[in-house]
Amino acid sequence: MCLSIPAKIISIEGNKARVSLGGAEINAALHLIDDAQVGDYILLHSGFAIQKIDEKEAMETIRLLKEIGREGQEP
Amino acid sequence: MRFIDEYYDTSLIEPLLRSIKKISKKEVRFMEVCGGHTMAIRKFGLPSLLPENIRLLSGPGCPVCVTDRWFIDKAIALARMPGNIITTFGDLVRVPGSSSTLEKEKANGADIRIVYSPLDALALAKEFPEKNIIFLGIGFETTSPAVAVTVANAKKEHLTNFSLLSSHKIMPPAMKAIIHEGIKIDGYICPGHVSTITGPEMYREIVGKYGLGCVISGFEPTDLLQTILMLVDQVESGKPKLEIQYKRAVKPDGNLKAKKIMAEVFETCDDWWRGFGIIPESGLSLNKKYKPFDAGEFFNFNEVPKPEEDKACICGEILKGLKTPAECLLFRIKCNPGNPVGACMVSSEGACHAYYKYQG
Amino acid sequence: MTGDNQILLDHGSGGRLSRELTVNLFFKHFGNNILSAATDSAVVPTPGEHLAFTTDSFVVDPLFFPGGDIGKLAVCGTVNDLAVSGATPLYLSAGFIIEEGFLLDDLKKIVRSMADTARSCGVKIVTGDTKVVNRGHCDKLFINTSGVGLLKSSHKNIGSGKGIKPGDKIIINGGIASHGMAVMIARNELNVGGNVISDCAPLSGLTGQILKATSGIKFMRDATRGGLATVLSELCENRKFGIEVAEEAIKIDDNVRGICEFFGFDPLYVANEGKVVMVVAPEKAGSVINIMKSHKYGHDVSVIGEVVEKHPGKTILKTKIGGSRMIDMLAGSQLPRIC
Repeated sequence: MCLSIPAKIISIEGNKARVSLGGAEINAALHLIDDAQVGDYILLHSGFAIQKIDEKEAMETIRLLKEIGREGQEP
Repeated sequence: MRFIDEYYDTSLIEPLLRSIKKISKKEVRFMEVCGGHTMAIRKFGLPSLLPENIRLLSGPGCPVCVTDRWFIDKAIALARMPGNIITTFGDLVRVPGSSSTLEKEKANGADIRIVYSPLDALALAKEFPEKNIIFLGIGFETTSPAVAVTVANAKKEHLTNFSLLSSHKIMPPAMKAIIHEGIKIDGYICPGHVSTITGPEMYREIVGKYGLGCVISGFEPTDLLQTILMLVDQVESGKPKLEIQYKRAVKPDGNLKAKKIMAEVFETCDDWWRGFGIIPESGLSLNKKYKPFDAGEFFNFNEVPKPEEDKACICGEILKGLKTPAECLLFRIKCNPGNPVGACMVSSEGACHAYYKYQG
Repeated sequence: MTGDNQILLDHGSGGRLSRELTVNLFFKHFGNNILSAATDSAVVPTPGEHLAFTTDSFVVDPLFFPGGDIGKLAVCGTVNDLAVSGATPLYLSAGFIIEEGFLLDDLKKIVRSMADTARSCGVKIVTGDTKVVNRGHCDKLFINTSGVGLLKSSHKNIGSGKGIKPGDKIIINGGIASHGMAVMIARNELNVGGNVISDCAPLSGLTGQILKATSGIKFMRDATRGGLATVLSELCENRKFGIEVAEEAIKIDDNVRGICEFFGFDPLYVANEGKVVMVVAPEKAGSVINIMKSHKYGHDVSVIGEVVEKHPGKTILKTKIGGSRMIDMLAGSQLPRIC
């Protein structure tokens, strides 16, 4: 499981947000997360935002992966 | 697309594979327990890219696959009662019960509606106060918080025509059952999205008590390969650990708000898993406060006998990683996505469906 | 099993169940060689030339969607079935089944749209029929169009792909899955939004230009219900060749991809209404691409794969990281899922 998609919050009204992925938009319920802001990226599952994506950690993972890439190229 | 495409960067794949091949000496078997991982591993063709000493097993990670036929039979019984609207995720609609499917019941005139969110079912309950709206709840810890919110809202709004038929389950008891069954594995690829809710700590007992490494993985090819690299490293160094690869989504505490609402609405119960039978404390049912919303409480299922499982269908052994779909006599010829016999073939994330679709 | 004596929605989805119904019921009883060739247009011998003849019914809901309406669809659908068979579409019939209470203004819009589309591709609507049924006995409006076109002898195998050989290239005239997702947005059932416009378009100008300029077109089919995947898997089923396509070469607009991700849809199986899949001799592929690139319905052309000797009867998609995946026909329509 499960189909959870990273999508960007583009507007918020109360407990409901409109989120976007590649220009497509859909509603997301915000009951399960705190302090959602427009511009945040969330994981969307069955119509709910289930977690905020930590952009710092995301960048760190990419950095680690690229480091493995560089090490792999060394003779 | 942000947070998807960067992790599908093909230039990162070769170095990861090289690193794995460099350190991997022992024969190892890693099990994933998440339908999303089952599908991703097959879709990206990972088994053909990894060295032969690393084997990936698919475990009971697909909520549709582990749900027994009795649940479908009960849902169909509810669908046949006049005045009921059955609301469900699309995944269940073609799952075979003993003698029918929800799709066929719909063709027969039953009011069965596919919803995107459980809140859509609640909206229907408000729109049709004269009808009984029943939501079919399947899913692990990823989905149950959303359903918990829905039931809590139903109570807040004093709805009397909404109920939940729950087949929700939790992961750790099944992961332990795999070990107790004596199935030999060297580590777990832990479910990424379940863990965004629960956090990592629930796997610590598996590491401590059974000496099995647990790495929580994302779903893109670089995520999975990095996870496998981490597990191989643990095995080769003899140091099983609990680690998070999917750090961008899995926080040390998980999602506290989601866990709180789950605890507010659900309690654990013994539950029946296809392939395992009863696993104690592995299911989620509505607790005393929310029992009035339990479809099992106010609909009569006496006429719905517990069915026998199809003897030729080996979904159970496949779910335990004991056999592969190719070893099933029904696979492809009698059981395929167009004509599924077992749930592992119906669900797009089922091991048999993924194997059929992606084994190329 | 309950329901075996009933028509399911999936029987109309263009997937395997649809095909089974067509073969086991309609082909069986109407039985003749022309019909069971199962090409997009029936190719009937007439003195001198061949006559291509096709029919299709349109029940799309909603009637109006970004990029088109049921009327435009009804003309394009039938024109394209003729065009991809290698024929020059000439004449259409139009049958209307209208629900009591349907707004005349809406009907006028749809009829004007049909007229505009027919004019734009040089076909005439020469005969028709109208029925009105009681409220509730049809869903607003259903349209049937039948069409005839002239087919040169040299093109008569294009619909069946008789001459396909390993090494032939597989070409599509643009990105996929727009139509299905545009209709989904327009339905507004799931509150999904996005800048997606249906690719609904008449392709006879494009196919005509290509057939006039070059030989070596071995096969054409429009990728409607069931999507690109269905065309590819039907093409090589029970044949002595296989097909290989590259994930990287198949273009999908970001908006379309986003909606597919939300619901777990595979874009390869989503309907198109302006896409033709061609199998072309390798030495002719270059000129086909050039013509497409300078045509408004072909500028996003892509060579997505080729016909191969290995794995006969199977279509394999190569993923970006070198894995492979078998493309098979779906049983029925795709449903929004959480797993």
